[in-house]
Amino acid sequence: MFKKILFFLTIFAFALPAYAGSKDNSIQIKGSDTMVNLGQSWAEVYMEKNPTEFIAVTGGGSGTGLSSLISGTCDIAMSSRNIKDKEIAIAKQKGINPYEIKAALDGLAVVVNPKNPVSKLTIGQLAQIFTGKIKNWKDLGGIDSKIVILSREVNSGTHVYFKEHVLRNNDPNSKEEFAPGALMLSSSQAIADEVAGNISVIGYYGMGYISTKQKPIMVAKDEKSVYEAPTIENVINGKYPISRPLFLYTNGEPKGLVKKFVDFCLSKEGQDIVLKTDFVPVVK
Amino acid sequence: MRKFKEFIIEKLIFICGIASILFVALIFLFLLKEGLALFKIISPSAFLLGKSWYPISEPAQLGILPLILGSLIVTLGAAIISIPIGVGCAIYIAEVAPAKTKEVLKAGIELLAAIPSVVLGFVGMVTLVPLVKTLFKLPTGLTALSGSIMLAFMAMPTIVSIAEDALYSVPKNYKEGALALGATHWQTIWRVMLPAASSGILAAIMLGIGRVIGETMAVMMITGNAAVMPNSILQPIRTLTATIAAEMGEAVVGSEHYFALFAIGIVLFFISFIINVTADLFLHKKQ
Repeated sequence: MFKKILFFLTIFAFALPAYAGSKDNSIQIKGSDTMVNLGQSWAEVYMEKNPTEFIAVTGGGSGTGLSSLISGTCDIAMSSRNIKDKEIAIAKQKGINPYEIKAALDGLAVVVNPKNPVSKLTIGQLAQIFTGKIKNWKDLGGIDSKIVILSREVNSGTHVYFKEHVLRNNDPNSKEEFAPGALMLSSSQAIADEVAGNISVIGYYGMGYISTKQKPIMVAKDEKSVYEAPTIENVINGKYPISRPLFLYTNGEPKGLVKKFVDFCLSKEGQDIVLKTDFVPVVK
Repeated sequence: MRKFKEFIIEKLIFICGIASILFVALIFLFLLKEGLALFKIISPSAFLLGKSWYPISEPAQLGILPLILGSLIVTLGAAIISIPIGVGCAIYIAEVAPAKTKEVLKAGIELLAAIPSVVLGFVGMVTLVPLVKTLFKLPTGLTALSGSIMLAFMAMPTIVSIAEDALYSVPKNYKEGALALGATHWQTIWRVMLPAASSGILAAIMLGIGRVIGETMAVMMITGNAAVMPNSILQPIRTLTATIAAEMGEAVVGSEHYFALFAIGIVLFFISFIINVTADLFLHKKQ
C-alpha cells in the first residue's frame, strides 16, 4: 500500500515539472503590459501559419517578464525598458544569459481629459507635475483644480521609463521620484478609464491606448522647441520626445523555435503587425 | 491485519489533524526566513518608521509607515461603518425580527458574504468612486473612504452572523427574568442581552476587522494606491496588502525589494495574529 502511494508520488513529482516546463513545440512569452496586444497579435498570425506550434502570451509588466525569464519560467520576456545591471547579475548567477532584441518603438502619450484646456507642455513642466512641484492646473493655464497624478505600478516598464526619461530627464544622478501622492493604477486601461471620467487627472501610457475619450498632450523638449503630438510619424522621425524602444529578451541568442518566432516578429509581416497595433516598426 | 488497518487510519487522521498547524508553522518559517533577510540591509526601525516607499529606486527607500497607516485608516473607517450596522442587524435578527423576515435577512447576509471581493471592488470602482468624488468635491474618488465603505460590506456578514450567534446563545431565562421584572423589550436587550453576549459580540467585531485588514483586491482597485502619509480619510492611500499584491510579480527573487515584501508579510501576519488572539480571548471568556 505504502509503496504504491510512494510510487505515484514519485511519478507525480517527476511529471509535474516536466509538464510545467516548455514542451518542444510551444513558447511561453511574458512581460510588458504595453506589449501584450502586440505579442498576442504576433502569436495569432504566427500560429495560423504554423498550426502545430503553440505560443502563450501573458502580461504582468516588464519586471514580471524579466524575472520569469531569469527564473526560467518563460522563453521570451517582453520588456518596455532595458534590462537592469542588477537583473543581468542575478540572471548570470542562475545560468541565464539575457539576449536583447529591439522589436518595435513606442511613443509614450501623456493624456488628460478632453475637457481640460491644457493641451501642450514641455518635458520640464511634465517633470514638475509628476514630481509634485506644480500642484494646480491654474499654474499651467488651466482650471483652478488640484492636479491628480496617475501612474502605473512599479512593476511597469512604462513607469520606469517615464521616471528615467521625463522625471529625471535622462540624468542618471538625478534623485527625482514620482510625488508620493501619485495614484498607482494597475493597468494602462485603468488609467485610460480614470482620465476619461475625471477632469483633474493627468496620466501616461503607450500611445496604443489613446482613444477619443482622452486628449494626448503635445510635448516639447524645452520651451524653444516645437510641441509635437504622439503620432506614428513623429515617433519614426524622432520629433516626439518621449519615445522608447520595445524589447524581446531571450536566454542566449535565440535558436530553434524561439529564433523562428523572433525572425517572424522582425520580418516585414511582423513589423506590419507592429504598425497595426499602434506601435512603430523598427525595420522597414 | 485489522489492527494494522486501524493503525493506518488512525495515523492518517492524525496527519490530517495536525496538517493545518504544520502548514501554518511552515508558512511562518518561510515568511521569517525570507523577510528577516531584509534586516541585514536596513534596520527594523528604518523599515517600520520610514516615511517613503520607493522600492525600485537606487538606493531603494523601504519605509512602510505610510502603508501601515494606510491599512489602519481604511480598517478604522470600515470598522466605524460596519460595527454599528452589523451589531444593529444582529440584534434585529436575533431579538426583534419576525421569523419570516429573519430567514430572508439571514439569507441576504449569507449572499453578501458570498460576493467575491474583486466583484465588490469593481462595483465600487464604477459606482462608489464617482459618487465620493462628487459628494465631497474631491479631485479624485479613489480614496480611503471608498475603500472603507466597500470593506465595511465585507466585514458585515462576519460581524452579523457571529454576533447573532452570541445573542442567541444567551440563556433564555435571563430574558424571561428581565421581562418578568417589568423591563421593556428594549431595556431587556440593552441592559441584559447585550451585556450577557458582550464577549461574543466583541469577538465578532475582531473577526470582522481581521477580515478587513487582510483584504487585498477591493482596496487595490479603489483606494488609489498612493504611498503618502495619510492625514485624512478623503485622500488616496496605499495598504500593506495591496503593496504586496501589486509588486510581488516584479520583485526579482533575492533582491531587497523581494525581502521587503516578505517583511511586510510578517507585519501583516503579526497584525492579524494579534486580532485573532484577541478575538479568541473574548470567545473563551464567554465560556
